[in-house]
Amino acid sequence: MADLQSLDVVRRSASTEIPPQVRTQPEVAKLIDVSRCIGCKACQAACMEWNDLREEVGYFQGSYDNPADLSPATWTLMRFTEWENPKGDLEWLIRKDGCMHCEDPGCLKACPSPGAIVQYGNGIVDFVSENCIGCGYCIKGCPFNIPRLSQADQKVYKCTLCSDRVAVGQAPACAKACPTGAIMFGTKSDMTDWAGERITDLKSRGFDQAGLYDPPGVGGTHVMYVLQHADTPHIYAGLPDHPHISPLVQAWKGLMKPIAMAGLAFTAVVGFMHWMVAGPNEVQPEDERNGRDVLDAPRQ
Amino acid sequence: MRQPPGTLARYTTAARINHWITATCLILLALSGMALFHPALFFLTALFGGGAYARAIHPWFGSVLLVSFAILFVRFVHHNLWTGDDSRWIGAIGRVLANDEEHAPEVGRYNAGQKLVFWLMTLLILALFGSGLVIWDTYFFDWTSIEQKRVAQLLHSLAAVAIIGVWIVHVYAALWVRGSVQAMTRGNVSAGWSWRHHRKWLRETAKDPAGHHGDD
Repeated sequence: MADLQSLDVVRRSASTEIPPQVRTQPEVAKLIDVSRCIGCKACQAACMEWNDLREEVGYFQGSYDNPADLSPATWTLMRFTEWENPKGDLEWLIRKDGCMHCEDPGCLKACPSPGAIVQYGNGIVDFVSENCIGCGYCIKGCPFNIPRLSQADQKVYKCTLCSDRVAVGQAPACAKACPTGAIMFGTKSDMTDWAGERITDLKSRGFDQAGLYDPPGVGGTHVMYVLQHADTPHIYAGLPDHPHISPLVQAWKGLMKPIAMAGLAFTAVVGFMHWMVAGPNEVQPEDERNGRDVLDAPRQ
Repeated sequence: MRQPPGTLARYTTAARINHWITATCLILLALSGMALFHPALFFLTALFGGGAYARAIHPWFGSVLLVSFAILFVRFVHHNLWTGDDSRWIGAIGRVLANDEEHAPEVGRYNAGQKLVFWLMTLLILALFGSGLVIWDTYFFDWTSIEQKRVAQLLHSLAAVAIIGVWIVHVYAALWVRGSVQAMTRGNVSAGWSWRHHRKWLRETAKDPAGHHGDD
């Protein structure tokens, strides 16, 4: 695995530079096999430890979710769902939530600050905090509701896929810590192959709808799930069935930019053309005489 | 303030200060807003001390503008009510644009174009402030859903582009119709300017020079 340097940046927010293409890296992926997760939260602890983050101690919210939500200091979170399957049996669905590292990242598309969000050649989407201006546009761009704005410094935070570890050939901290092998890390093609084996196994055990969650609406993701019920991702604590960048964001960050700039330039040019053709509307000497006559009339 | 001979009072000192506070805010809003709207204009954030400062101060400019414009609105709204003559004036807009106003109805304090600018500014400022609150994440993030913020974000940028367009028309009209800028800088206009562009207002003012003909 190559170390992640500027020459590995393939996309950069609010920038038009052509990315360096002298070397290519294999795409990586984290595979989260929900069917093998026991909900121990070792991944959460490892994430906190490696990234040196400490969430404030909160309050019991009536579920095993702890903390209750992602936050600037919680980049990954086990979300617990008690789901009654059609046979009437309880299934405990535990999904490790966090940044999906989309191939077509909505956060990066929405970001107005050059270089505040980058995507490396291996697919990791990273926030570069020194360039973050705290506008929250990435939050609107994200189809998965992941980035969180910090009230402490008005910057946005999310999972880095341990880009610092990956850069030196290590797996992300969560994958390293997982005791059951529910979190695997490697090249995207290896992870896809491995998921295929898992899905075959799950299907043989009665999970007919088992499948890989690698949603095409965002060009695929670099964090993928093996789901026992891949036909209904939403039962896993609201995982989107068909994630895509909102058309509102697409319009705002796509067509609207050139049309708005052209429209304003056109308005100014029309003004200039009018000036050239019609010229200034100047007060004539007879206007001044007429005006004076009206003004002086009552006083005479 | 003493009126120079042959001129008419158009705007009081308070009204002019009120106008220029609003104008300054609008320009600062446009600069900081466009910086975050188009990557090619991000360099404009340097005027405000960098991206984070531009992001932080933009909504405060907007808040000052809202208050300042509200006062301006109260000052001028009664001069900006639409009349039948305004519609007829718009009907003769082709002639007016060719610098021939003799064939359009006589104009009072404001012509129909000025009234349109007034009402468009009013509507757009309301839309911008409302949508702006929804995306003022520093203070109001928890007030709305992300989907609502997406709608507000798109509306905010559309309204912003529209108001910059209205602003271009407003500024161009002031430059094109010579003698107008001095109304808002020195507060008065010449009798000839009034005869040519606002004849009805001139007549009313001449009849009752002590009365208030909109020099508020």
